Amino acid sequence: MSQNTLRRVSPIVYVMVLAAMVIFLIPIYMALITALKNPAEINLATAWNLPSYPYWQSFVEAYNMLLPSLRNSLVLTITGTVLSALVGSINGFVFSKNRFRGSEIVFTLFLFGMFIPYQIILIPLFQLLRAIGIYGSLYGLILAHVVYGIPITTLIFRNFYDQIPDSLVESARLDGAGFFGLYGRLFLPLSVPGFVVVGIWQFTQIWNEFLWGVTLTKQSSQPVTVGLAQLAGGQAVNWNLPMAGSFLAGFPVLLIYIFFGRYFIRGLLAGSVKE
Amino acid sequence: MVGSKRNSVYSMIVLLPSLILLLIFVYGFIGNSFYVSLTDWGTGAALRENPVKNLIGLENYRRLFTGAIHERFRQDLINAIFYSLFLVAGTLGLGLFLAIMLDKGPKGENILRTIFLFPMALSFVVTGTIWRWIFSPKGGVNLIPTWFGMERGDFLWLSSREKVALFNWQSVPQIIALILFVIFAFMLYGGWKNGRRTQTIWGAVLSGLMLFYAAVLHYLLPPILPYAEFHGFSLATVGIIIAAVWQYSGYTMALYLAGLRGLPVAMYESAKMDGAGDITYYLKIAIPNMWPITLSAIIIISHISLKLFALIFSMAGADNASTGHPSVLMYLITFRANNFAVGAAISVILFLMAALFIIPYLIQSYRARR
Repeated sequence: MSQNTLRRVSPIVYVMVLAAMVIFLIPIYMALITALKNPAEINLATAWNLPSYPYWQSFVEAYNMLLPSLRNSLVLTITGTVLSALVGSINGFVFSKNRFRGSEIVFTLFLFGMFIPYQIILIPLFQLLRAIGIYGSLYGLILAHVVYGIPITTLIFRNFYDQIPDSLVESARLDGAGFFGLYGRLFLPLSVPGFVVVGIWQFTQIWNEFLWGVTLTKQSSQPVTVGLAQLAGGQAVNWNLPMAGSFLAGFPVLLIYIFFGRYFIRGLLAGSVKE
Repeated sequence: MVGSKRNSVYSMIVLLPSLILLLIFVYGFIGNSFYVSLTDWGTGAALRENPVKNLIGLENYRRLFTGAIHERFRQDLINAIFYSLFLVAGTLGLGLFLAIMLDKGPKGENILRTIFLFPMALSFVVTGTIWRWIFSPKGGVNLIPTWFGMERGDFLWLSSREKVALFNWQSVPQIIALILFVIFAFMLYGGWKNGRRTQTIWGAVLSGLMLFYAAVLHYLLPPILPYAEFHGFSLATVGIIIAAVWQYSGYTMALYLAGLRGLPVAMYESAKMDGAGDITYYLKIAIPNMWPITLSAIIIISHISLKLFALIFSMAGADNASTGHPSVLMYLITFRANNFAVGAAISVILFLMAALFIIPYLIQSYRARR
């Protein structure tokens, strides 16, 4: 960006980006003011007005209603993220530094799995989970997230390990490091940033997932996205609760995004422009 | 260097569990869905331990495209195409605009980038719930005209039944034939201009066939539907498109910003030297040079547009026919009506639509890696 250090930025640019910023923040504004209004104060005609006083009770109520599904999501997301990251790491190690004949074809076969619309596997998945008796439990959802997470986690780790110079691998091999020694003593300790990128990516993906949540669970194993959809889906909804619920359901990923945004974007780009 | 023989053995052992899982859960399941779509599973007691499944060939597909009861599927398919077109156009346009603005180097770029990108981190269910409130008929966006002393807007953002750009479903084969005619005519022209014989011949034969179908055969063959059925762009989808563009423009912005920053400074300077203004630089030099980014953005966004299920579900409800999408219909037919065979057929159609973008993309990235 050296070209800009010499130029003055035109005021038009500032007007444009400010306008865009305001428009981008409108949904947050609307959600926040509605969540903070006393239900009696919520009125379509005054939808844009600030609350006359902040009413925090909606957050407490929404939290109590979403608590079981929040707990499910937390268990599901952490287990799914950890397992799929571990599998992706060792796979990425193979595809990056232990290529064999046909490994590129196998890798492409892997990648295909992350681009399919998941409707195409939904009916057999539903059948399989019913057949092995874990339909409607968290285990079924965890299994789905781990298996269908393999392509993206493998891809991100492969790209990450590609940056480790081959010469380093060669010299470690000359020193007698075998396959697992190389992975365990050299690659795993170097993998922390890779695990951060993959972890953040998988965490947000699994936390936000809805299709499997709504088709493969029962009331007791619902993730928070399904809980929120139910909270908001009733006919005569009090809008303060869905809005407060949206904040609660969006809060963990928003927190991650604000603190680890850089890594989130890296995961994002890994699935698109790499190669 | 490729590792030693023993390394290869370990590699395969390590990969084997993942490979087996993906072979079953991806490839096996796709095959199974395809098989289910050829049966009549769902007509009897569908959820029994061993449900009755009889092979009925492509009957489910025939009914979806030309049967009387599946009118909603056809409108949903049209909706899906419009969702994709507008989502691609919207996110690429807005993303490019935001990227150019940020490329000019305003202060606070980090904060701005964070604000433009945060919607992507959120679940469609979260954003859909909020947007549903913003688009409620008597509040939200419809109130904006009142700020300027005008009447409140009365557009039913998510439930309008109005459609524009209407066309008759019976003429769809003709329209497709005409589109193919144009493509093959270009092929013919390119082959003729560059003196490639096989391409010229194929172009001539195929474009001739398409023209013959559109101009003659279409009128001689029986129509695909016994009656006229009109479909078009459903206006209720506009709200969903706006929400989706809002959510994904930050992503295209990030792609384009990386692209703009990747262009050599010399390119900008020499353009300036030749007297080009900023607008000329971006239009004539920067954007054409970012074609590979545009291409991959088109592929990724088209692909995302097939996954609007959660957004539509939470914004407009699954039963809302005006905003329908094949993925939502697949859910209704499979999990509410237990008609697994028809649900599977819809999922296969969705899959083929996605494969249209994804397979060329994967082949190209495979070649690039080798």
